[in-house]
Amino acid sequence: MKFEGIFKLTFWKAVAIVLMATGFAAAIERYALGLGATTNLKDTFPWGIWIGFDILVGVGLAAGGFTIAATVYIFGIERFRPILRPTILTAFLGYLLVIAGLMADLGRPWAIWHAIIMWNPHSVMFEVAWCVMLYTTVLALEFSPVILEHFKLQRTLRVIKAITIPLVILGVILSTLHQSSLGSLFLIIPGRMHPLWYSNIIPFLFIISCVAAGLAMTIIESFLSSRAFGREVELPLLSEISRVIVVVLALYFTVRVQDLMSRDALKYVFMPTYQSGMFLVEIILGVLLPFCLLLSRKVRSSKTGLFYSAVLVLLGFVAHRMNTAITSMEHWPDRLYVPSVQELCVTLGLVAFGFTAFAFVARYFNVFGEAPHEVDEIREDQPAELTHASFE
Amino acid sequence: MLKSKGLLIDITRCVGCHECERACAEANRLPQEPATDLSARRWTYLKSYNDETVFVRRLCMHCNEPTCVSACLVGAFTKTETGAVLYDESKCIGCRYCMQACPFEVPRYEWGSLAPKIQKCRLCYERIAGGGQTACAEACPAGATVFGNRDDLIREARARIDANPGGYVDYIYGLSEAGGTSVLFLSAIPFEKLGFPMNIPKEPIPDLSWRVLSQVPKYAVAAGVLLFGINWITARRTDVARFEAEERRRAITEHRER
Repeated sequence: MKFEGIFKLTFWKAVAIVLMATGFAAAIERYALGLGATTNLKDTFPWGIWIGFDILVGVGLAAGGFTIAATVYIFGIERFRPILRPTILTAFLGYLLVIAGLMADLGRPWAIWHAIIMWNPHSVMFEVAWCVMLYTTVLALEFSPVILEHFKLQRTLRVIKAITIPLVILGVILSTLHQSSLGSLFLIIPGRMHPLWYSNIIPFLFIISCVAAGLAMTIIESFLSSRAFGREVELPLLSEISRVIVVVLALYFTVRVQDLMSRDALKYVFMPTYQSGMFLVEIILGVLLPFCLLLSRKVRSSKTGLFYSAVLVLLGFVAHRMNTAITSMEHWPDRLYVPSVQELCVTLGLVAFGFTAFAFVARYFNVFGEAPHEVDEIREDQPAELTHASFE
Repeated sequence: MLKSKGLLIDITRCVGCHECERACAEANRLPQEPATDLSARRWTYLKSYNDETVFVRRLCMHCNEPTCVSACLVGAFTKTETGAVLYDESKCIGCRYCMQACPFEVPRYEWGSLAPKIQKCRLCYERIAGGGQTACAEACPAGATVFGNRDDLIREARARIDANPGGYVDYIYGLSEAGGTSVLFLSAIPFEKLGFPMNIPKEPIPDLSWRVLSQVPKYAVAAGVLLFGINWITARRTDVARFEAEERRRAITEHRER
């Protein structure tokens, strides 16, 4: 195969290369010197941005994968098929980056396979580990037709096609379990977390918020790839998605406020603390603002309006996960955390790698085009047109 | 079988001689060095309050139903028959969820190591299994830390409070914290003023996540049935649509032929 233009340097390519190089260097340093020398983690703050961002956010952004797959395959809404492949690709890459981040964060990464044979079903982390392993496999299989088509491996392709529906269903189950279990991780820490974020419905909140974020991610990636590859944006499709986001945000906000009220924690919102400030930023900028914006038809049908609203949804989601994992556990003066340069470099490097890998696969494989072997695809409009044309 | 052992630490009797720290370091081959809190090299730490007149020991509480045991995905922690909660580094993958999960913030990490381990008090497991007592209890010259069966220690603590109601707050710390711990504390000063976390659930903490975890298989099966069901319905709809399209096409061709 030919990789035309792969060495042509553009501005964003240069940025990505720099970020990946520094991230790689920081990772080397982490393995050479250990966690203590290269991170700002400590006994009173054992989890930092590698968990709060790389893992929690990475998994959340992959949520578009199961929502769009379910929409197309389970609910049979075929018009979303054009964005199916890019979304699955995003999810798959997201999970690979989660695993990469995990390898940096784990103290004994070489022992990661222990999770396969040493079982403790009472541990939420056990559920998380198995969800990562199984869902990454499922995503690889869901995306595999793109690769198999490219190399014309028809027999394997037929096998994958035959098991698509069970695969998608397994994917939806695993993915929702994984999203919720990341929230469940925090159920066991009632004393340490700020009441604005600790709640016994945190697994449920994680599922709702990831749907909004996953869909926002499909909008964003659609816009970015349209710029990168000079494609036309699927605007009607994306504004339809944005309506779903409006509903999900409304549900999320309602459940969140109800939860705060039922725990008598609403009062903390109005206390002048660092935590309440972060909470307000998260809710106002990340939930209420995009909700109001997307309510307007004008915003929904404009490219820039859609794009920036989706970015806000995404940032609100990032803020929620980071606040849950980091802000809620910070206490003056003994428990504070600011990520080290190395931690930031590894994280940014992984993000840059994600963008680069997406761009590479999207450019050289058939991610956006029509799938050549969709026998089952039906066009409801086609026969109708035919009918009109011929009976006229 | 051994009865579950434990420690009763009477803060009113502690004279602040730091013998427990010294004996602990000696018994566990840890460096004798100054410290400011628990660490990977310091498994018990004597913290002073009220202008160095009150001294409070920090150490692993050895919960009856330890959060770390339930949190660890590879089962590196075990609650042993002596009452001690032990850590097995050969299983550990280093996720540090135990550190996050422990309500008493006891597990400490070897941050400087390239093969880091969790470190914490082992309630002198080998000494107790061999019929002895913990190094800290043995070393305590004031009888502030005493070793015994947990049941007996609870009775003893109760008796001390009853015999001197003015000298103690009427509370045994560890009796019900996190569902009960092997290490118990008595104090004359309210515990919250001595840095003891008071918001710890009185039930075993692992229950908090087990409530959700135990539902996972049910959810998976139910979701599977529901999704297959929806797919069955929509697939039928697709079939019908395809059939109708075929019919229409046939009608068109027939119309044209005519």
